[in-house]
Amino acid sequence: MNLKNLVKELNLQLLHPEANLEREVTGGYVSDLLSDVIANAPEGSIWITIQKHSNIIAVAVLKSLAGIILTGKIMPEKETLEKARKERIPLISSQDNSFITAGKIYKLFSQNK
Amino acid sequence: MKGKDNPQLKLAFKTDPLDISKAGEVSTRVRRELQKLNICPEVTRKVSIICFEGEMNIALHAEKGGTVVIEVWSEKIDILFEDSGPGIKDINLALLPGYSTAPQWAIELGFGAGMGLYNMQRNSDFFEISSEPGKGTRVYSRVSRFKCREESINEPKKSC
Repeated sequence: MNLKNLVKELNLQLLHPEANLEREVTGGYVSDLLSDVIANAPEGSIWITIQKHSNIIAVAVLKSLAGIILTGKIMPEKETLEKARKERIPLISSQDNSFITAGKIYKLFSQNK
Repeated sequence: MKGKDNPQLKLAFKTDPLDISKAGEVSTRVRRELQKLNICPEVTRKVSIICFEGEMNIALHAEKGGTVVIEVWSEKIDILFEDSGPGIKDINLALLPGYSTAPQWAIELGFGAGMGLYNMQRNSDFFEISSEPGKGTRVYSRVSRFKCREESINEPKKSC
């Protein structure tokens, strides 16, 4: 499944246009601890978090993640959005909390197997 | 002058103290420079992670900041972090995954997983840390490029 389908199916909001939405999403990872993401998130996965500061973009670049979903209606800091544009990291907002967002994505993945 | 005893590339950075808004820039910059040299993705990823975690440690703990020096050699990449921060009392404890001394303000931002030094060590082929409480900390990391070489023989596109 690519990010474009995921955003459409789950009615998510893409926060900037400078992103590669055709990239295949290989899985997901839920964590609010940066070093945990660095240690354990698989390459190509979508990262679900409530962290909104600019370091999340550096982590996504390091781990070649497919993108970041900010949950619970949390919006990124201005600097985070700028960095996401610059590094072409898809930054997405979800109205649901992390648990519900992850559940919906998991379900979608199961259906598309 | 380029000689046998000079690295292919040397990068040196000063890390600002207690400012995580700028931290992360060293690793992004290093990653870009390694990509320019066509260093393979695996080695680039390892070095970038080591830089990110080291940079964060300095930003979170060393109130006077510190330095990061990266040297790219034909067979390896050396990364050296030095700071004159508070030092580490028990290095073995600090290396355990999950052990953290991050300040509260940093924990709220998602730091303090206690995985920083662990991630650095795990991604290094050689890792050495020395520290003196009250004086500072020095971390030396080496990432070998030999693995890349083996890959590049089988898959010429990934050449290092």
